[in-house]
Amino acid sequence: MAALYEGFTLCGLVPTQNASDSPIQGIELDGDSDHAVVTDSTRSVTLYKVSDQKPLGSWTVKQGQLLTCPAVCNFQTKEYVVVSDNKVIRVWKDEDLNIDKAFKATVSADVWRVHSAPGGEPVVLFQRGAVRLLDSLLSAPQQPIEDVLSEEEVIRWSTNIVAEKQHFVLFTTEQKGEHFLYVQRLNPNTLQKYRLEREDSGAPPLSFSASLRDKHINLLYLYPNGCVYQSVVAVRGPVELEGVQTLPRSLRLRLPVGEGKLGAASAVALDEAHVAVVGMPHPSARTGKDFLCIWNTNFQTLQAGKEMVGRIHGPVWCYLGKLFVPHGKALSVIPYECQKSSLASALGKLRHAGIAVSKSSVAVPSWNSLLHGDQPQGPAKIVDTRKSKLSRKSQSATALNVDQVLELIKTGPVEEVQREVEALVSRGDAQDLQLSVGQLACHLVARSQAETAFYTPGALAQLVQTQCLCHSVCPDLLLLALEHKDYFLCQLCLQLFPDIPEVVTCACLKTFISVPDGDVEMVSLEPDSVSFMEGLVAAGDRGGQQNGFSPPLFEEDSCDAHHQPKPPQHQDKKNPTLQLEACPVGLHKAVLLNEVLQTAYSDNFLLPHLKDLNAQQVILFLQYLQFVYLKFSQDVYTQTPGLRSPTMTQIIDWLCLLLDAHFTVLVMAPDAKGLLSNLESFVKSQVKLFSELGKIEGSLQELHKMKLSKDISQYSIEVIELF
Amino acid sequence: MGELKVHRVRFFDYMPTAIRAMAFNAHTERLALARMDGSVEIFNFTDHYFQEKVIPGKDSRSIESLCWVGGRLFSAGLNGEIAEYDLENLRPKYSLEAYGGPIWTVISNTQGTQLAIGCEDGTVKLFEVLEEHIQFERNLDRQKGKRNSPSDCSLTYRLLVDRGIGGSKSRETVVWSVAFLSDHTVVSGDSAGKVQVWDGHTGTLVKTHLVTKWDVFLPDLAFQFIAPTLHQQDKEWVRTRTFKNHTHDVRALAEIETAIVSGGMDTHLVVRPLLEKFDEKSHASGLRKIHFPHRNLVSCAKKAGLLLFQFPGQLELWRLGDSDGHGKPGDRLPLKWKPEKLLLLKRKGEDHICCSALSSCGGWLAYSTVSSVRIYRLQTDNNISITKVSKLPKVLRSAHQLCFSSDSSKMFAASSQSSVLVIALTQSESWSHSVTFPSPGSRQPIHLMTTSVDGKWLAAANSDCEIHVYNLQKLKLHCIVPVYGSCPSAMGIHPTTNNLTMVHADQQLFEYSIVEKQYTDWSRKLQKQGLHNVWLDRDTPVTHVTFNPKNPNQVVLHDMHMFCIIDQSLPLPDQKTQFYNQMTLRSLSEQERPSHLHAFKICKTFQDLLCVSLLDDQSLVVVERPLLAITSQLPAPVRQKKFAT
Repeated sequence: MAALYEGFTLCGLVPTQNASDSPIQGIELDGDSDHAVVTDSTRSVTLYKVSDQKPLGSWTVKQGQLLTCPAVCNFQTKEYVVVSDNKVIRVWKDEDLNIDKAFKATVSADVWRVHSAPGGEPVVLFQRGAVRLLDSLLSAPQQPIEDVLSEEEVIRWSTNIVAEKQHFVLFTTEQKGEHFLYVQRLNPNTLQKYRLEREDSGAPPLSFSASLRDKHINLLYLYPNGCVYQSVVAVRGPVELEGVQTLPRSLRLRLPVGEGKLGAASAVALDEAHVAVVGMPHPSARTGKDFLCIWNTNFQTLQAGKEMVGRIHGPVWCYLGKLFVPHGKALSVIPYECQKSSLASALGKLRHAGIAVSKSSVAVPSWNSLLHGDQPQGPAKIVDTRKSKLSRKSQSATALNVDQVLELIKTGPVEEVQREVEALVSRGDAQDLQLSVGQLACHLVARSQAETAFYTPGALAQLVQTQCLCHSVCPDLLLLALEHKDYFLCQLCLQLFPDIPEVVTCACLKTFISVPDGDVEMVSLEPDSVSFMEGLVAAGDRGGQQNGFSPPLFEEDSCDAHHQPKPPQHQDKKNPTLQLEACPVGLHKAVLLNEVLQTAYSDNFLLPHLKDLNAQQVILFLQYLQFVYLKFSQDVYTQTPGLRSPTMTQIIDWLCLLLDAHFTVLVMAPDAKGLLSNLESFVKSQVKLFSELGKIEGSLQELHKMKLSKDISQYSIEVIELF
Repeated sequence: MGELKVHRVRFFDYMPTAIRAMAFNAHTERLALARMDGSVEIFNFTDHYFQEKVIPGKDSRSIESLCWVGGRLFSAGLNGEIAEYDLENLRPKYSLEAYGGPIWTVISNTQGTQLAIGCEDGTVKLFEVLEEHIQFERNLDRQKGKRNSPSDCSLTYRLLVDRGIGGSKSRETVVWSVAFLSDHTVVSGDSAGKVQVWDGHTGTLVKTHLVTKWDVFLPDLAFQFIAPTLHQQDKEWVRTRTFKNHTHDVRALAEIETAIVSGGMDTHLVVRPLLEKFDEKSHASGLRKIHFPHRNLVSCAKKAGLLLFQFPGQLELWRLGDSDGHGKPGDRLPLKWKPEKLLLLKRKGEDHICCSALSSCGGWLAYSTVSSVRIYRLQTDNNISITKVSKLPKVLRSAHQLCFSSDSSKMFAASSQSSVLVIALTQSESWSHSVTFPSPGSRQPIHLMTTSVDGKWLAAANSDCEIHVYNLQKLKLHCIVPVYGSCPSAMGIHPTTNNLTMVHADQQLFEYSIVEKQYTDWSRKLQKQGLHNVWLDRDTPVTHVTFNPKNPNQVVLHDMHMFCIIDQSLPLPDQKTQFYNQMTLRSLSEQERPSHLHAFKICKTFQDLLCVSLLDDQSLVVVERPLLAITSQLPAPVRQKKFAT
């Protein structure tokens, strides 16, 4: 899981004349982990102490001069390096007050960037692609600089990486709409050029981010259509590959783009599973693109999101657990945390074990292999991704169809949409579907929300049944189904979505409880769950009960009840079994309630939403829970294995939660009295059982002791007796 | 008989090493077994799988393959040498560099005139077997670029070549093992878990058995496919059966007439009889696992309460703890002081320790390797000190067994050709050679020695089943105990009666009066009535016999799973008697008990026993080494199937 914490403003920003440009050229680290060197788009460099949000120093070049590259810190000498007017390299120290009086050298060609990383000396990347170490360049500033790039090729982005004492400069270029990645190794110098695959739209990548992981450089890049790709370049790669290689890539994320083009969005990898994205719309917020979101690329789930005030200016920097986001009129620093994500934590509270495995095993474990071919990253990876790329190409025929269907959904008539979606789903194999199902569902739901007449229950049910969908992919689906009283779809969602928020669960519960029985009985529901419920209702016309609950206890209670002059209650109790036999809700309603009982939840989040239920609903639900509890307690009822059914623990948990949420109301409500006293008698019977168990505890403990003596240490002196 | 205070010792971290190779000699029915540490063990399969001989290992020796030629044993290993073993003196006789890099396999032809070895460099070399030596004969050239039929077809011997010289069929799999049979059938096993049978003439695949989903290492594979070889019907290979006796990789396998013998990383030897070879259920048809060596690794100084543990590379000396408490049966007593490791003595040189001894007073310690014997003077009272005895008699070069007399004035060393050296302590704490008892008959190594408490008698048993009794006062052979057909696995001389109690590998028990030179009446009675079947059906030999000095009727002996106190004053059990009767006796009343008593009082409370001994203070020392503890120290199996991998 990942989380974004409360951020703070590091400094204000002066908007640039050209609105699309970022007011900040770059943010670099100092030798001190709490320092940030911020270079604005014009003339000044400021050193901040991040935790104090205060500037420690600021340097400005003369009016008329322009900083053309972000200042960096030379970690070896603790000096700052910046380039002004493309050709003048300036080097100064912390204590220098005036940058103009510091060292400067004019070089013979235009500089693109100076890069520096801890553990390596600064390197200078020229606009024509040549690379020099800063020291060697400054020793002979006027040395001739060769052209590496061809004439129309321009650098778009660059970075450097130090890996295992090997220094790399990576930069991407654009030439006639084609994009290339250059990997320059230093000492010994080798240059490898890769061609980036063209995105279908032909649009250039919006942002790049490179990171070092497992001796491989991972390049992450974002396209305006919301696709985030990853490419892997081996650090100890094949030494000299002839010519231009095509860089294999794998799709890590497909982000929802919303309407309109993406102007300044940017993605940066936080760790192997998490990506921070700015300038993208939040999937559940309708409008605006000014969000900072953390996505889990393994599960394609949104982990955290934050709206930033004002327009986001594009690039985002990430250093030591903090994200630096320029937006509006401020540069914000937002601490984040990424924990190793496990499936269990992604899914929330574990569900009924047997069912969970059988239901979700298809969809869940395949995520990794499906998306990334999930080999441990190594040289084989490149080959693999190439393979998967090939296979992806062969899939593109169907992908086109997905696009067509998406178009159709926007305008087409209900029947046609229904038919096409069903055809698509039944045709495609699981791997293709994984990505398209979410899109299809979102589009269908969006259209349905826009036009009340448009609703395609069959298509949606089929999409849900692919098990490729979850609540966070299409958050409105379940609510839409509720709105349209499509109980079958609701049931499917409750069964198959692992990540339904508690508020939605409660909404379902509320709807299910208050719906008239007649409405539900006509709906066809999943047959297994219905047959389970039929069995439950039919079971145990007679017979004893277990767990210490037995009818005589009621008689004891009724003795107590003699003291209380409450005839109606008394009547109830005279005939307790009869009261218990009748299911307080209709069969199908019970089936739906069972689904709610089996969803995953956290008590803390569920409790406030449970309070939304009114007293009548609570009492009815309690009665139902009591009914199921009693049925379960009966010896006669034996659970059919394999059938999805709520467990005893789930029932008790819900009972407790409901009582917690509405205790005062229930105590006051006159029609709840009988119910409560019944529940109390359960508790009494349980307490009695435990007290009985307590009586034999001594004997049990003796057994325990006998076991203990088997535990033998390294040495003991024992007494034995032989006869 | 009463209560006993038992020191239950579990701090002997005995760790057997993995089994690497095996060879079965069908003629003598001896199984030779090589372990990872280079030691070789010989088991006599006609004598209840008794571990007859142990040739100690050596650091630089690594054995990959063993081979019998007649009664001679050869080994070859990764050090590139072929060695022949001197089975009488339990040491390598000579070794010969093969000049082919590490040797993976050695095998002989059926006539026993030639040895073939397979080397790392891919060559197969032939050696001629001469009377006293072997001689290089010729090289069979390696087959370059030959892919699918791995072994050399011109070779007319049945040849087993490990590590697929021929390379592998597909890119990903590794052929771990290849067998070439006399009818030109080639059997290969690979890492994909397949056993494939090929026709050697045409190079075609005859049959594939998917044996296991695991990486099939040589073992699993070999384990599976020997079974089919038994059922070769000319027409087809049928996979018969899968055995899984081992928790770890099987590294060595032998097929004997009636059973499959296997051993591997989990260090124990398994004899799995093929049930179709037996008509009825009998002693021989049971599964047999051999975990512990059939000899003592623990010496106990009865007077001093010290224990000496023998490892291949070191000796550990421990002082037992003590307690002054008293308790009911079943209680654990509070410790007054804890056991204490007094000494860790590392051996010198490459050769592993083959035997060790501790004098009963705890003042002397001795051990032997194949190349030297060392004696140390020990002070264990307040300041622990150890001094090596610098001058030892020259005749004392190595010993198969060492033993001190009970007054610690003499040491006996079982030397070459079944002779016994007597080394006496002279006044100035130096040891000198006093006499050598040559063996009157057999030249087989002595594996058991014991002396009487009064210092008069010495008994020595060798692997020819002979037991010689020497008179230490007259310094001559006193008598030879009538030879019994099974090897003695333990013996002891009674402290007061000087009767020699012997237990044999077939579980028979004899008592022989040394003075009268005849079996005692009790022994005759026992033989006449016969031992109880339950006793005879036990599958581990008795490895230690001691006596109760306070009660001359009591003999204490133990095997791996129980210890037994034999009370000679009690009636012997007949076949109808309940043999394990301790539980029954416990439940009976004081009055009823005597009528149910019999001579064998067996206690199975302690398991996996390496030593049971009775100290002079009447308390019992029980050294346990739980098999679970051994297993937990084993390396993980090469590959285990894990969920979703």
